[in-house]
Amino acid sequence: MYNFEFEKPGTLADAVAAMSADEAQALGGGQTLIPTLKQRLASPSVLVSLSGIGEMQGICMGDQGEMCIGGSSTHASVAAASGYRALSALAGQIGDPAVRARGTIGGSLANNDPSACYPAAALASGATIKTNAREIAADDYFEGMFATALDEGEIITEVRFPVPEIAHYEKFVQPASRFALVGVFVAKFKDGVRVAVTGASEEGVFRWSEAEAALSANFAAEALDGLTVDAEGMIGDLHGSKEYRAHLVNVITKRAVKAAA
Amino acid sequence: MPKDGGIGASSKRREDIRFLTGTGKYTDDINIRGQAYVHFLRSDVAHAKINGIDTSAAAAMPGVVQIFTGADFEAVGGIPCGWEITDRHGKAMQEPKHPVLAHGKVRHVGDPIAAVVAESLEQARDAAEAIELDLEELPAVVNMKAALVEGATKVHDDLDNNLCYDWGFVEENKGAVDAAIKGAAHVTTLELVNNRLVANPMEPRVAVGEYDRADGQHTLHTTSQNPHVIRLLMGAFVLGIPEHKLRVVAPDVGGGFGTKIFHYAEEAFCTFAAKAVNRPVKWTSSRSEAFMSDAHGRDHVTKIELALDKDNNFVAVRTETLANMGAYLSTFASSVPTWLHGTLMAGNYKTPNVYVNVKAVFTNTVPVDAYRGAGRPEATYQLERVIDMAARELGVDPIALRRQNYITEFPYATPVAVEYDTGDYNATMDKLEEIADIKGFAARRKESEARGMMRGLGINNYIEACGIAPSNLVGQLGARAGLYDAATVRVNATGSISVMVGAHSHGQGHETAFPQVVAEMLGIDESMIDIVHGDTSKIPFGMGTYGSRSLAVCGSAMVRATEKIINKAKKIAAHLMEASEADIELKDGNFSVAGTDKSVAWGDVTLAAYVPHNYPLEDIEPGLEETAFYDPANFTYPAGAYACEVEVDPDTGKVTIARFAAADDFGNVINPMIVSGQVHGGIAQGIGQALLESCVYDEDGQLLSASYMDYTMPRADDLPFYSVDHSCQTPCTHNPLGVKGCGEAGAIGSPPSVINAVIDALNSGGHDVKHIDMPATPAKVWAAMQS
Ligand SMILES: Cc1cc2nc3c(=O)[nH]c(=O)nc-3n(C[C@H](O)[C@H](O)[C@H](O)COP(=O)(O)OP(=O)(O)OC[C@H]3O[C@@H](n4cnc5c(N)ncnc54)[C@H](O)[C@@H]3O)c2cc1C
Repeated sequence: MYNFEFEKPGTLADAVAAMSADEAQALGGGQTLIPTLKQRLASPSVLVSLSGIGEMQGICMGDQGEMCIGGSSTHASVAAASGYRALSALAGQIGDPAVRARGTIGGSLANNDPSACYPAAALASGATIKTNAREIAADDYFEGMFATALDEGEIITEVRFPVPEIAHYEKFVQPASRFALVGVFVAKFKDGVRVAVTGASEEGVFRWSEAEAALSANFAAEALDGLTVDAEGMIGDLHGSKEYRAHLVNVITKRAVKAAA
Repeated sequence: MPKDGGIGASSKRREDIRFLTGTGKYTDDINIRGQAYVHFLRSDVAHAKINGIDTSAAAAMPGVVQIFTGADFEAVGGIPCGWEITDRHGKAMQEPKHPVLAHGKVRHVGDPIAAVVAESLEQARDAAEAIELDLEELPAVVNMKAALVEGATKVHDDLDNNLCYDWGFVEENKGAVDAAIKGAAHVTTLELVNNRLVANPMEPRVAVGEYDRADGQHTLHTTSQNPHVIRLLMGAFVLGIPEHKLRVVAPDVGGGFGTKIFHYAEEAFCTFAAKAVNRPVKWTSSRSEAFMSDAHGRDHVTKIELALDKDNNFVAVRTETLANMGAYLSTFASSVPTWLHGTLMAGNYKTPNVYVNVKAVFTNTVPVDAYRGAGRPEATYQLERVIDMAARELGVDPIALRRQNYITEFPYATPVAVEYDTGDYNATMDKLEEIADIKGFAARRKESEARGMMRGLGINNYIEACGIAPSNLVGQLGARAGLYDAATVRVNATGSISVMVGAHSHGQGHETAFPQVVAEMLGIDESMIDIVHGDTSKIPFGMGTYGSRSLAVCGSAMVRATEKIINKAKKIAAHLMEASEADIELKDGNFSVAGTDKSVAWGDVTLAAYVPHNYPLEDIEPGLEETAFYDPANFTYPAGAYACEVEVDPDTGKVTIARFAAADDFGNVINPMIVSGQVHGGIAQGIGQALLESCVYDEDGQLLSASYMDYTMPRADDLPFYSVDHSCQTPCTHNPLGVKGCGEAGAIGSPPSVINAVIDALNSGGHDVKHIDMPATPAKVWAAMQS
């Protein structure tokens, strides 16, 4: 690690102020950032810890029946929450107990790892990402691998998840990291079905619109028969070719539908 | 009735109390007043000419004590290889220089270029970033076949080419083998890869060098499986320090698996630098460094042919192997694909004709050396895969085909120059069929199929050579060391005992099992006996722990030393009881005179030895301490039969191990619980190799699987509950304990059964798949199903 200053503000306002420093960086649970620092791949001048901010903690149900999760909520706390079972199940499958005890939803969504789990939930649920400055619809938030709509220094303060009628996240793990090799979140709302796929695409998390249309007409695994995603544009690496990932998108989506139904 | 102490008892591992309560003392726990820290600047390219290293800016950075480069080591030797191989044509292997710090060229990602010694590790790292390197990148040699092509880029410019040796074994058999294959009724041919592995012991390597100006004494604290080997190699070959001025200490070591056998540049560096800067110098490997500096394992590409006559008797085996040495020859690298591999190519079978050809190849990758099993897993995997393939081609039962070809009479001299002393391969196969419930497989397959899964059963045999080794034999084969071991039994005045052993325990449980042997021999309680190991200043010159040799070799030395103790103690007892020595009997810790009720206790005798008031001083010396060296007459030959059942998901290619059974013959067993634990651990590593682990380089020599994000270590939920059995026991005929060794069996015996099972499952599902290279990842299995 390189040396840095450390700030742990108690309010969002203080955090925003601290983040205005040159080369300041937010610290969530540190599960991604700390290893990066240890490898000397990042050199922030100030680390602004978000874990002491009361406004960013806590999980509750909102007026419209949506689940509101403070940006600093850990994966473990989301896993233990009630109100949105599929989301809690997803959180309970992230990493291991140590990772879940520290890693946060804000950190995960800000990082937008192409193999991360939360992006699939946010996109499939049509979540709203609240920051210190604005509200961003999930559909406008994810901009490709490790890229988001967040501006420099912007802090995710809360994420609001509309709760579908039924939903399920199915994760097929990359054997080494156990992130998603392909993960599919299927959410059935009154007015239609949303399907978000993580782990597979070079563009990061995406909505599989053909599957959404088919499932909105008939919410059954068979509805996906014959549907494919193009292998071009899928990730090909040590753990699976583009073709394999494209194949898995269909298989895992079917499994998600079966498990949800 | 299970015993509650001594030989055969499942005594609880006493060392685990300190390991589990955080009171173990590992090398990284050693911090010496005034120590400085070293950070190695390592190459991030696979192959380059070093045109210049400018350390001037770095040297001026805060906290820097001194910066070293290859030039500082010109006056000392390089890292030696401990085994010289003579090739098919009688020529010695090509042996490249292996400098402590790269000189002239870097040859793999991770090759150390410079070493910064500073007040703190962070300061050393800061300064390392300020070193200016002028590297001229060269094409990387990664693929072994390409490395051997005429005119290929050379890893070592001063060698003829990238071929370390072209070994033939037994060369004189080649004609007969070729003829037998030509005339055979059936030949099964299989080309396969034995994947490259990274050992990944839980504790990364650490070295702390110390120099005492007052008496010119060097001390190296290091994570080693064999401190005396390090003292010998580093003292004599690298730094020129005489043994009496060099102490090597390996305290608690958090796993070795082979990769901590070898003498590494970082050890030599810390020892050298401690004198140069006149301060202790410490290096602790990071996990990322371990991936690119710990010797890797396996990495063979093999073509094997198995020839059978019309009655399915094996008539010949012929193999051609390319073995990756990496960029330099690590300590025992050259012996692994040759003597530790070729000599096992007869397996458990009476195949009369066997010929093994191995070409060892230099590439721009991390050096490759012994990893749990070392050579024997490579032999077993090829042979047991090709037998399975032959059974499938011929439509015969794979168990029956094996049984038909078993060696059944012992001793048995194989066509590959070793003599199996004992064994009973039908007995272990019988036991396996029972514990694996082979009969119930068909029903279990039906049940899996009803759930839409494909189920496969894979079985295999294995045999290995352990207890390395008769020194005169390995000397003839090119070893540059003897391979005896040694033990000193020091009986204290009150009867407690310290046994100083040359073997090193880093997970094996010696601290528990060794005292069980001495306790049994003396009839006293195990708790009165402690093992001392891991410090050349305390223990006799033993060769350490690898090749499942500790009990068979060092344990035998301990038995011999204890026998000497008993002989002397009987003399003392005879004197105390005024009886004839010939009449003295030792039982349950008491010496008695046969036919009388006279007796003296163990403690009376030991006290008399050290307080010799009433003592036969004219006949024997006071004290009770004996040393024995033991050089084995032969290798030991553990063998067994393994079975694996897998389920393969037809939609994803994911393989799940449903059942795993191992029936081993380890000869006599000292502590059944420890033996089971060793087998469990070995199987975990074997399953890791078969399904999960793979060290991958790209064509530029960049390590793609350089962290746990991409290198898959087995986790508990990847593994089933095992059925293991070691009740089939044909005791070794030539060591006093009748033991064979159990440390590597699991890793040797398990990969073929896993892959055999995967192939069986796929074929049961209508996929005509003949072979899948390890690791059988979901992606690979799925791809195989598509073709
Ligand atoms: C062993 C291991 C296994 C894992 N397995 C999985 C898995 O299976 N699935 C999965 O999805 N993830 C997995 N992860 C990643 C884990 O979920 C991380 O917690 C997550 O990616 C980052 O969250 P964090 O709170 O730790 O953020 P940090 O590491 O602290 O920060 C990550 C990035 O986000 C920024 N940031 C943090 N909080 C905020 C915020 N509130 N607003 C704006 N920016 C912010 C930081 O500045 C930084 O750039 C794993 C991680 C590890 C170490």
